[in-house]
Amino acid sequence: MWERLRNMLIKEFLQVLRDPKMRGIIFVMPLIQVMVFGYAVTTDVRDVPTAVLDFDQSVASRELLSRFSASGYFRFVAHTRDVSMANHLLDKGSVGAILRIDQGFGEDLRTGRTAKLQVIVDGTDSNTAGIVLDYTGRIAGKFSEKVLLARFSRLRGAGPLPGTVELVSRAWFNENLESRNFYVPGVIAIIVMLITLMLTSMAIVREKEIGTIEQLLVSPITPTEFILGKTLPFALIGYADVLLVAVVGVFWFEVPIRGSLLLLLTATTFYLMTTLGIGLFISTVSRTQQQAMMSVFFFYFPAVLLSGFMFPIANMPPLVQYLTYANPLRYFLVILRGIFLKGAGPATLWPQMAALLAMGLLTLFFTTRRFRKTMA
Amino acid sequence: MNLRRLLAIARKEFLHIRRDPRSLGMAIAIPMLMILLFGYALTLDVDNVPIAVWDQSVSPESRELISRFEGSRYFDVRLRAMGYPDIERAIEAGRVMAAVVIPRDFSALLTAGHAAAVQFLLDGSDSNTATIALGYAESVARGYSRDIAFREARVGGTGTLRDPLEVRPRVWFNADMESKNYIVPGLIAVIMMVIAALLTSLTVAKEWETGTMEQLISTPILARELVLGKLLPYFALGMLDVLLAVGMGEFLFQVPLRGSVALLFGMAAVFLAGALSMGMVISIVTKSQLLASQLAMVLTFLPSFLLSGFMYSIGNMPKAIQVVTYAIPARYFVTLLKGIYLKGTGLSILLGEAALLTAFGVMMVLLANRKFRKKLT
Repeated sequence: MWERLRNMLIKEFLQVLRDPKMRGIIFVMPLIQVMVFGYAVTTDVRDVPTAVLDFDQSVASRELLSRFSASGYFRFVAHTRDVSMANHLLDKGSVGAILRIDQGFGEDLRTGRTAKLQVIVDGTDSNTAGIVLDYTGRIAGKFSEKVLLARFSRLRGAGPLPGTVELVSRAWFNENLESRNFYVPGVIAIIVMLITLMLTSMAIVREKEIGTIEQLLVSPITPTEFILGKTLPFALIGYADVLLVAVVGVFWFEVPIRGSLLLLLTATTFYLMTTLGIGLFISTVSRTQQQAMMSVFFFYFPAVLLSGFMFPIANMPPLVQYLTYANPLRYFLVILRGIFLKGAGPATLWPQMAALLAMGLLTLFFTTRRFRKTMA
Repeated sequence: MNLRRLLAIARKEFLHIRRDPRSLGMAIAIPMLMILLFGYALTLDVDNVPIAVWDQSVSPESRELISRFEGSRYFDVRLRAMGYPDIERAIEAGRVMAAVVIPRDFSALLTAGHAAAVQFLLDGSDSNTATIALGYAESVARGYSRDIAFREARVGGTGTLRDPLEVRPRVWFNADMESKNYIVPGLIAVIMMVIAALLTSLTVAKEWETGTMEQLISTPILARELVLGKLLPYFALGMLDVLLAVGMGEFLFQVPLRGSVALLFGMAAVFLAGALSMGMVISIVTKSQLLASQLAMVLTFLPSFLLSGFMYSIGNMPKAIQVVTYAIPARYFVTLLKGIYLKGTGLSILLGEAALLTAFGVMMVLLANRKFRKKLT
């Protein structure tokens, strides 16, 4: 049995790695993905190009505006008194926001009335727009608080000032709140899933499509050996990709890895059981490689989108949230982020580990049974 | 070029598609599924952040601060912690995302007119949610400070205090800031790339793998007839997907379509021709279905999803990556789509994008024709 299994493994490795382009894909694709997610995918908003319409030109308006430019969130690219020009800039997308201060701003502030600051943002990217409005609120709020205290003491004379609540924040696990620390560990999960799903399902269907599966069936190889031969090489490639992405993440992007590598590998094993199982299942229901590929994506897109990789699960409708419990990616992501960023151990991560293991065993059990039937 | 031979190939390819109803079904179902997911389930907005509260002051003042957190729709107080270990455990296990720690001397400091520091501990691992949650927490604290000042001024009875500054926000093009309004138009571009990646990338490779290419080579058909003939049915399928996507955006999600529908479909056709030809080029070059599918993922789908400005705004990316995005055709198409949908802009403003997109389409069709050789190697 070992002899036959060994030959089967050699054949599979040869088939996958023989083609230099394929070798490239298996190792270059993860690198490209981790680079893209490490560099390009960011929800951090800084240096929003901003047009300023200051019709007041007072000390107060200049002070407020200097607070905006000093915050690092806004970069003033145009100072103008021409409303239609500012609107045109926003229309073209050259600026993302307009700050408008009308005449009488300084006067209102001095005489104890409410002064107005108008902010106009480009809503075509609603996420960025929301963050820009949030920054505006924060900067204006701080400014307002200062003026309010000054007004209070002017009203009250020398008496004590009202107390204020000051928020002192500290972010754990990702002190500077960098997006890449959030995304890069997750890339491991999505890349391993894609590669193992595609390799497993297409490799088997390919034999069906070009007819070599019949040669295998007449050989003395048993179904178990066939399944092992079609999954083990891809599992090894999966491990290699996990390590590759982890190394790039830690050494190139300086994503911290605070937990145990052994735990990471154990969790990867459980996760691979589910993805290989699903890959096998897809191969049993597909006749052509095209069908296999379409089925992979039919599973893969929702799995990635509903995993919490990019979109927080807590904001999904309750019904969809329940659906995510059936998604192995969801658990593996919690484990990955736990190990990388939080340094979490088995004591915290056991529910996710258990869920993955259970799903892995179940999918493998049912698909191998189904697979034997379709082979026989 | 012979029209009859071209149509014969188109018919053959069409039959392939029709005989495989499952692939056809999925080519229609995958885009619809993506639109449904993005329209209903996926959002980067943040509400109801689960938080823990540790009140060491136990005073009317601290209770008021907590009730302000409870009253905010952005927070959901899930845990009354009794110390840092409680908080650490809850954050590490992901049960709460943040914790408010009110110090013992909170009430004393406030009544004495000092600044009372409240600690806000955050799980930074989800940086986007954490940043937004921090902003909300700051506005809760500021609102409380402001009301204290108002209250004391009223008690003093020395005159009325008014808010010094009011921010009047206005959001253009998407007044309610609904993420579906900016997601759905961009999604059309992504879907077309998916179709190109999933369908055309395999079509030539399959003929090589199964050996039917040799039969085709022995016929008098010309290379460009073969390429165009294979493109036609997929083009029809792709346009059907666009039609479905636009229809769902219009009727299911009520995404406003302010610009010209003709321009929308015209540009979609140009982009689709380019994307399909690109899938075809991949197929011609690799000659293997597995390889073609993987390459198509890297070259078509991934960039159009992540680097086109569809979800992640290009302005926030590092400079080097911003330069890279100029080489990605989906970038221009996403700009066009958002312009047509949300801003209602016409061809005059979007001329640059339209020209580049057309150049991409023509180049890819020509490249597919050039790359294809009717030869056995």
